[in-house]
Amino acid sequence: MKKSVILGAATVAGLAAGAAMAGTVDDVKARGKLNCGVTTGLVGFAAPDANGEWQGFDVAVCRAVAAAVLGDASAVEFVPTTGKTRFTALASGEIDMLARNTTWTFSRDVDLKFEFVGVNYYDGQGFMVPKALGVSSAKELDGATVCIQTGTTTELNLADFFRSNNISYEPVPIETNAEAQQQYLAGACDVYTTDASGLAATRATFENPGDHVLLPEIISKEPLGPLVRHGDHEWGDVVRWTLNALVSAEELGVTSANIDELSAGATDNPEVNRLLGTEGTLGEMLGLDAQWGLRAIKAGGNYGEVFAKNIGEETPIGLARGLNAQWTDGGLMYSPPFR
Amino acid sequence: MSDVSFVRTEMLPEQAPPASEVGLIGWVRHNLFSGWFNTVLTLVSLYAIYYVLSGILPWIFQSVWNANSLKECREIMLETWGSTHGHACWAVINDRWLQLLFGFYPSHLYWRPIVSLVLLLAALAPVLYSERVPRKMLILTAAYPFLMPFLMWGGTIWGPISAALGFVIGWGVYSVLSKQLSELIGMISAAVAAVIWWLVLSSYFTGAMDSVLPIGIEAVQSRQFGGFMLAILLGVVAIGVSLPIGVVLALGRQSDLLVVKYLCVGFIEFIRGVPLITLLFVASLLLNLFLPPNTNFDIILRVMIMMTLFSAAYMAEVIRGGLAALPRGQYEGADSLGLNYWQAQRLIIMPQALKISIPGIVSTFIGIFKDTTLVSIIGLFDVIGLASAIRADTAWNGIYWELFAFIAALFFVVCFSMSRYSMYLERKLQTGHH
Repeated sequence: MKKSVILGAATVAGLAAGAAMAGTVDDVKARGKLNCGVTTGLVGFAAPDANGEWQGFDVAVCRAVAAAVLGDASAVEFVPTTGKTRFTALASGEIDMLARNTTWTFSRDVDLKFEFVGVNYYDGQGFMVPKALGVSSAKELDGATVCIQTGTTTELNLADFFRSNNISYEPVPIETNAEAQQQYLAGACDVYTTDASGLAATRATFENPGDHVLLPEIISKEPLGPLVRHGDHEWGDVVRWTLNALVSAEELGVTSANIDELSAGATDNPEVNRLLGTEGTLGEMLGLDAQWGLRAIKAGGNYGEVFAKNIGEETPIGLARGLNAQWTDGGLMYSPPFR
Repeated sequence: MSDVSFVRTEMLPEQAPPASEVGLIGWVRHNLFSGWFNTVLTLVSLYAIYYVLSGILPWIFQSVWNANSLKECREIMLETWGSTHGHACWAVINDRWLQLLFGFYPSHLYWRPIVSLVLLLAALAPVLYSERVPRKMLILTAAYPFLMPFLMWGGTIWGPISAALGFVIGWGVYSVLSKQLSELIGMISAAVAAVIWWLVLSSYFTGAMDSVLPIGIEAVQSRQFGGFMLAILLGVVAIGVSLPIGVVLALGRQSDLLVVKYLCVGFIEFIRGVPLITLLFVASLLLNLFLPPNTNFDIILRVMIMMTLFSAAYMAEVIRGGLAALPRGQYEGADSLGLNYWQAQRLIIMPQALKISIPGIVSTFIGIFKDTTLVSIIGLFDVIGLASAIRADTAWNGIYWELFAFIAALFFVVCFSMSRYSMYLERKLQTGHH
């Protein structure tokens, strides 16, 4: 059986050299499964539970896309990727889309030939210090030892911040967030810096979360979003508008509680009708059926529900909406209209 | 003058040695408190042992086994002992031990890896304990390399059968041609025939037989493999395949045929000169870029090949050490008996060289088995990868030592058994006069 795999690889190598790549939408439909790249585990964003089912904020995006395209929110093959393997996995076609808290940057978009379809979480780099340190601003951290994950943009942001404020620091390089927690708690460093969402999640696991404070400075912009390969615009549109459907649904007041009622027949709000497919031909333009948006929202609820369930204030992670509130509530979540 | 002389006529009964010289007290006096320096050392060591154990034992045994999250664990600890320090939260193991062992393998199919493991032990028995187990069991050993993938991955039964047929075809070609032409031509054409079968014909055969007679079991994707099962799978394959390849490479390196020799030297030195992690990245990333899009070259198979090649290179050097330790007279003795090259290797050289190399071979085995944890870096969920995934669950975020302690225990059991077996084997094969 192993040999036949090699054989398959060799045959495909011969065939595919000339053949043009079919559209990802068709590939996914033919396969009946969406290959979605996620992290190997990040609290609140993606993690397998005791039954091996993936749960989390990024996972919800994968499930919504699978529901929109395939009609089944569970038709997802989750491919765990590390920071080092994620881009190759996407570029090589091993995965159809990547929903792995990846920061949208110029070079990733332009140089690596990917297409970020939107932002599902606006993050930024922050600092956590023990309350006992008596520090209230990051600018008072002159000479502090800082735990920092190596090989990430946070390392560069940190250097920039300290240089521009003309203060010094001593980095304690660490590999993973789990290690950072241990080092920080053991007092190996005065400050732990990473994305603010990660800091909040980390602090929530401490025995006495109250003994630690997050400093007010956010020193970087980290817009995290799902991405697809450059060049396949039909597929990019599907993922982009699935994400937009979740955001719009919250803005329009479509929740998993009232969606059945709203989709039963045309409502007074034409945009809700277009979103849920009771009016217009948006699904057809996307190459999907009319109910795509309905299914995407049903998969895990609208954006607000997904947020509340995975990382919101009711969860142990307890993130406030902040920048991720709807634009009508003073946040940055703003979906183009469904028209 | 009286002649008083006394000669004892019988032996005095033997007295028991003084209490301070025998038994426990004697042993303690001789071994622990034989001088002031040793006494000090003993006391310091005792204190060190007490200090370590007094920390670890309560942590292990005063622990929480039933809870649904780290938070609950801490609450229970506070209730029971009034402090959360120095108590383990084994509830995470209780909650996730099946996942740590089997990864995401479908739970209703857990019997398949278990049967594979039992069959593995049965297949190894005639090799490891050749004098106690009937030789007929070797049939199982020969069938196991085809049985195991079938059980683990499932799918149609014709895949493993056609893979096995390749060996049958190769053997058939060899036995016909080696008699009619020469042995070398027979070997080469046998290899060519088998490769042609595997690469070209076997998929047609599998497809045809499957449509005629579809026998098979539920297929399991490689992505669902994980946990300690993955470590054992990778370890067993790498260990089992690298030994024969290592023997061939070691012989090739000593060969008089220039091409063979330098091919082997080049392979060994290249692989040994490159870290395993680099090879794994090549397997998971570079190959992806070289292969055309949508190629499905199984990631676990790729990793298996890389780990096998890696350990084979080390194995070759260990065995070459054994070969080098043999006195020249053994080779000359074999020649003088009129044995040809393969007979000499099989009957005289290899049995001795392998015996000498046992400690080195087993060290390599243990090393490669532990190296299987490196696959977590390329996104495979082995135990280490799963440990971080479990920590990413909101319920268990922040737990650390318990998971690693459990993983360490798993690895210790396997590695320690291998080590004890190698010592047993050395004793068994001891032919010197001691």
